[in-house]
Amino acid sequence: MDLSTTYMGLKLKNPLVPSASPLSTKLETAKKLEDNGASAIVMYSLFEEQITREAKALDHTLTTYSEAYAEALNYFPEPEEFSNIHAEEYLEQIYKLKNSLDIPVIASLNGVSSGGWMNFAKLIQQAGADGLELNVYYLATDPAMDSKQVEENYLDDIRAVKHATTLPIAVKVGPYFSAFANMAVRMAAAGADALVLFNRFYQPDINLSDLTVEPSLQFSSEFEKRLPMRWLAILYGQVKASLAATTGVHTADDAIKMILCGADVTMMASTLLKHGPHRLQNILDGIEQWMTDYEYESIEQMKGSMSHQNVAEPAAYERANYLRILQGYKI
Amino acid sequence: MKRYLTVDANEAVAKVAHKLNEVIAIYPITPASPMGEWADTYSNARQKNIWGEVPHVIEMQSEGGAAGTVHGSLQNGALTTTFTASQGLLLMLPNLFKIAGELTPTVLHVAARTIATHALSIFGDHSDVMAARSTGMAMLCSNSVQEAMDLAAISHAATLEARLPFIHFFDGFRTSHEIQKIEDISDDVLKALINEDLINEHRSRSLTSDKPFIRGTAQNPDVFFQAREAGTPYYENTPAIVQKYMDKFAELTGRQYNLFDYFGSDTAEDVIILMGSGVETAREAADWLKENGYNIGVLSVRLFRPFSIESFAKVLPLSVKRIAVLDRTKEPGATGEPLYQDVLAAIFESRNQEWLPTSFNPIVIGGRYGLSSKEFTPAMVKSVFDNLKSDSRKNHFTVGINDDVSGSSLSYDESEYNEAKEVFRGLFFGLGSDGTVSANKNSIKIIGDSTKFYSQGYFVYDSKKSGSTTVSHLRFGPKPIQSTYLIQKANFVACHQFNFMQRIDMLKYAEEGAVFLLNSPFSADEVWSKIPKFVQDEIIAKKLKFYVIDAETVSDNAGMGRRINTVMQTCFFAISGILPQEQAIESIKKAIKKTYGKRGDVVVQQNFDAVDASVSGLHLVNYPGSSDSDVKMREAATVGKQSSIALDPEIEAFIRKVTSPILSGNGDSLPVSAFNADGTFPSGTSEIEKRCIATSIPILDPDVCIQCGKCAFVCPHAVIRLKAFDGTVLEGAPESFNAMKARGKDFPEGTMMTVQVSPEDCTGCELCVEVCPAKNKTNVSQKAINMKPIDEHLETEKANWEFFQSIPEFNRDLVQKSTIKGSQVLQPLFEFSGACSGCGETPYIKLVTQLYGDRMLVANATGCSSIYGGNLPTTPWTKNKDGRGPAWSNSLFEDNAEFGLGYRVAVDMKKLQAENLVKKLASDLGDTLANAILSADQTEETGINEQRERIIELRKKLDGNSNADAKRLVALADFLVKKSVWILGGDGWAYDIGYGGLDHVMASGRNVNILVLDTEVYSNTGGQMSKATPLGAVAKFAAGGKPNAKKDLALQAVQYGNVYVARIAMGAKDTQTLKAIMEAEAYDGPSLIIAYSHCIAHGIEMKNGLNQQKLAVDSGYWPLFRFNPALTLEGKNPFQLDSKGPSIPFDEYALRETRYMMLHKFDPQHAKELMKAAQKQVKDHWKIYENMVQLYEPQTTEA
Repeated sequence: MDLSTTYMGLKLKNPLVPSASPLSTKLETAKKLEDNGASAIVMYSLFEEQITREAKALDHTLTTYSEAYAEALNYFPEPEEFSNIHAEEYLEQIYKLKNSLDIPVIASLNGVSSGGWMNFAKLIQQAGADGLELNVYYLATDPAMDSKQVEENYLDDIRAVKHATTLPIAVKVGPYFSAFANMAVRMAAAGADALVLFNRFYQPDINLSDLTVEPSLQFSSEFEKRLPMRWLAILYGQVKASLAATTGVHTADDAIKMILCGADVTMMASTLLKHGPHRLQNILDGIEQWMTDYEYESIEQMKGSMSHQNVAEPAAYERANYLRILQGYKI
Repeated sequence: MKRYLTVDANEAVAKVAHKLNEVIAIYPITPASPMGEWADTYSNARQKNIWGEVPHVIEMQSEGGAAGTVHGSLQNGALTTTFTASQGLLLMLPNLFKIAGELTPTVLHVAARTIATHALSIFGDHSDVMAARSTGMAMLCSNSVQEAMDLAAISHAATLEARLPFIHFFDGFRTSHEIQKIEDISDDVLKALINEDLINEHRSRSLTSDKPFIRGTAQNPDVFFQAREAGTPYYENTPAIVQKYMDKFAELTGRQYNLFDYFGSDTAEDVIILMGSGVETAREAADWLKENGYNIGVLSVRLFRPFSIESFAKVLPLSVKRIAVLDRTKEPGATGEPLYQDVLAAIFESRNQEWLPTSFNPIVIGGRYGLSSKEFTPAMVKSVFDNLKSDSRKNHFTVGINDDVSGSSLSYDESEYNEAKEVFRGLFFGLGSDGTVSANKNSIKIIGDSTKFYSQGYFVYDSKKSGSTTVSHLRFGPKPIQSTYLIQKANFVACHQFNFMQRIDMLKYAEEGAVFLLNSPFSADEVWSKIPKFVQDEIIAKKLKFYVIDAETVSDNAGMGRRINTVMQTCFFAISGILPQEQAIESIKKAIKKTYGKRGDVVVQQNFDAVDASVSGLHLVNYPGSSDSDVKMREAATVGKQSSIALDPEIEAFIRKVTSPILSGNGDSLPVSAFNADGTFPSGTSEIEKRCIATSIPILDPDVCIQCGKCAFVCPHAVIRLKAFDGTVLEGAPESFNAMKARGKDFPEGTMMTVQVSPEDCTGCELCVEVCPAKNKTNVSQKAINMKPIDEHLETEKANWEFFQSIPEFNRDLVQKSTIKGSQVLQPLFEFSGACSGCGETPYIKLVTQLYGDRMLVANATGCSSIYGGNLPTTPWTKNKDGRGPAWSNSLFEDNAEFGLGYRVAVDMKKLQAENLVKKLASDLGDTLANAILSADQTEETGINEQRERIIELRKKLDGNSNADAKRLVALADFLVKKSVWILGGDGWAYDIGYGGLDHVMASGRNVNILVLDTEVYSNTGGQMSKATPLGAVAKFAAGGKPNAKKDLALQAVQYGNVYVARIAMGAKDTQTLKAIMEAEAYDGPSLIIAYSHCIAHGIEMKNGLNQQKLAVDSGYWPLFRFNPALTLEGKNPFQLDSKGPSIPFDEYALRETRYMMLHKFDPQHAKELMKAAQKQVKDHWKIYENMVQLYEPQTTEA
């Protein structure tokens, strides 16, 4: 049985990849993931905005009150060098993960400026990452900004990174595009070697006792897999890029479904955070069992076998799907 | 090749001291603190001494402790040094006698500073070192930054051979903080200067159990005297040894120094003798005077102790007929100041020894100058020479002041002297927070590094911690700059804040044709009509080249907010022409990269953006030939109609005569007669300042306000207030005045309530808005108070505030003081301090004054609270309409608890005496009144007020009674009314330097209230570690994060059993804060309250201070508790835990503060380890507290 797959040009031993999460912050956990079958690992995200903000905040507190009062010309012992001001800690972690793991390490980057995207992409490549996942989200809250502009922003970011590095690039995006299929094709054309479906966003909540808005992130639920599943099925064979499924992959069945729809890899975090690295082995075992039961010989054989273009009733992935549910719904 | 440095003397000396020592024990004190900090910085950067070792730097709990450690280290053979000044040097004196008596080589570097007498002063003079002159230490004085570096090296070399320990001193601030371009000393020179054999000899004299001996014996009359004299030859040999090393240094560097250096004519008839930075000015003045026909000289004393009479005699020209000796100190009651006495004795003895001919008999007079960094200028030097020549010369004169009391002062005319034309003289007026000084320090370094020019920078700061003004004095010129005085005539004046135009007459310093650069929100076309007419006239009359730049906009666009340093610096270079523009910009960018590069590319980039946008924003103003502005200069002081000052004509007169000139920057012109000889000043003067430093102020929305009082409770400056009043007083109120029906049942029916801000006193910190719990129901971004631009509300709110003040204070007897709202209806008697905007300390102090201000006596430890509480020109400690209020004093840093205990003892004694007299005079008073006075219940304020009425009655009855006892009782009667003694200070005092005294006072059982304003570092001197600093936090001397936990002072106090103890944090639980303060005051015994005081030294946005307090408590780091021994008597548990166990991780609190966060930015691994240890410590600590509750649970006794 051949579990191997190819994702963004990387030959992987199986299609299970832990997605960007705190799981990669500890070498020990990352090692356990590898031991439990992970074929690659996507690191937690490096946020340009956070790096920028932290640098500005540090600069602000170190300078605001300095040279203002005769008895205290400053308030902190400023070292000759700060060590984690240019994301050194993140880059160091790439290096450490590479040294302790045999599987490919895919870094994850969230930039806010084209300079930031390019600069950090270069640094990430220098640190030894095997690939780079761009964690792109852009909430177009400005009513004056039209969809074209928003889409161009995405494409510009991809081009900028592609220009700065020779690493394979995966783009993790949200589903909120009017014409996602078209957008997916354009992203691939702009240089994306893979598309990761989909990015989950922090959805704010309201605290009713003090009337404040609180950001929160919940673990994904199994139901959420339906959205990426559908789009994998639709995009399979139509986009010149690898496809990764993420969001809502909790069980072997989930993973199998994603692959059948066309995923080259399935990514997961919530279930691993909840159940631990061992969960990965369970899922892998489940996939193998299913393949044995249904006499599949390879992942490649499975990939996209139930995609939009390969199912008997393609409309099932389109509007009909919605109608049937409605019709079947009883009060 | 010569290597140049652009540094101040503190840095220069620290470099040498770090290179030539192994152990450095220090304690922070202004202006010497930076030396210790530099040494610590070098060691943290693993910089090595000339023997390849990284010196060990250790911070001690006091200068006494530092001296003890130095002594111990020296006795054990390590090369050891320390740095100090002023009171710190005094605390070292006992050890200095020992160190000298034991002939122990060391150098103590002193940034000479005024000793506190009638007042504290952080500035420079020689009163500290002169107090150390009998210790037996050798004393070597440096006159300039270059000399400070050079003589530091020479003294370290000489001490090893001489065996006498040295005090190497230089003038505090004037030299310690003056930046100069100087020649560096290489390691090779230092190595060549130090004799290694002597180090081995030093080590061979150290204690070792392998070859034991004893040193430090006690001796009896039979031998002490002889043994003391045994050291005499060392003193005799030392001058020659010092000269030897001065000569050797000259061979190595080309810079020759001598024990005494004479500058001037070989045939001089008039000579002045002095030491320190004044020598530089005197030499500059002498050069000028010689050109004007004076036959004069200046003698610089370098080795003051041992005073080599022979060397002195050799340098003095025999032509000298008259000598003026200038001392930068005052020794009241002496025959003259120390140097004067020495010179007299030296001349007399020189004649006896025939080092000088017996015919040599000059007139010698002495005078004082430059106390507390008072200016000493060439014009003053001239007046000294003129006095010397005069037939009616004054002896024991003063120069630099107008002594209209004793007539000691010499008159002088500053206009007589002009500095050299080729010297660039720039004055820059800025705000502390706008980066002006940083920019200028950068400019000096750029010019020092990129040109052949010599440079000098000196910076004057005011004493406010919020909205402080800075004036930078920059000189550049082709020759080394000797002008150790402020620039009087500038060829470049820059005003970095537009509103200064109405406050400061800065153009009086501009010479004709000078450049004037103004940061203005108005364009070159608009600005003319926006500046005062007075200023227009000056610009026209002096034909100034007038440029404007809108620096705030340029800065803001570059993402730098109001930090305009880079913009103004670029403009300075663009106009001044000191460097070609392109080279200047390249140099600025290089400097930016060097300064900010380590803080991140984004920081560098925003500075670059600011540089690039600056030049195009700079415009020359074409102004008309006549002035026409309606804008007027602002009054420096405003005595409000409703103020307590206006009620007292005597005080008002004092304010107008003294405080007002100080506020307008004319304090130097005040004569001696203006001041009380004992240092007394009136209370309540901060209200006249009206500094108007906020850009936005809180504005009330009465429809949303719930009248909770929290805004007023947390306001650090007492600018937002609640007042309850009867609705009838509203007549005549401005239309905009907010009056709300008082909510709740706390007040009688018909009572109205208002919340009002004093717009001109607000600092814009936003704490009030942050704490406000009431949100607008239709738009939750709006609260009951919201920050609004001051420009839109100033006039309205000024009128409202004036009306607010006219409303009588609400009857205190009707106020529920134990509620937050009730406490805030009470008048604060601590207001408008110069503390930092958003200060975490002052709200506690203010609250105490609201509750007990009318009967409060305050002992205040030196530190932040003594500066914002008692630094001239004004004080926030004020009084109520009856003229009552806190009486405040500051003794020292280390003795505050004892000082406060002294209050208590005296008050109790006077009360006892008064009670005895009441008994004795019962027949005169009437038994009813006497008994009522003696048995008065004063536990509540009502009882205190009743007692006050009785005292009025008592005075009436004794009026005119000539009986001696009656007179005594009248003098003491006020003490029959309860007095509340409060001992205030920070953690540096309570945990470290004053801990022994604090402990003793708590153990005394006497009724004092100790309030520790715990910022967890030495805030006033710049954030040095104290024993209150928490585990994991970065502080100076804990650059790698403090490795051990904060001392639990509260629990230490609890173990006494009879001390009331509370730990409070008003941002976490305001009701507990209020309760604790009220219980502490009510407790008839010692009380200790430790108050979490957020601080700029934590590295937070100050508006988040209260939230940080809450998080500290939620994390379990700062458990709130009260331990009330009085409850034990009631059979209750005295230990009450007022906060819940940890509900958030420690780092969720800690990592919001730079003090914790920055370690993650340079040693992330260690930071994580410390965070883990801190988390564990918090949990373990919490368990102790839970156990304490159980431990003190009353035992149920079984029948």
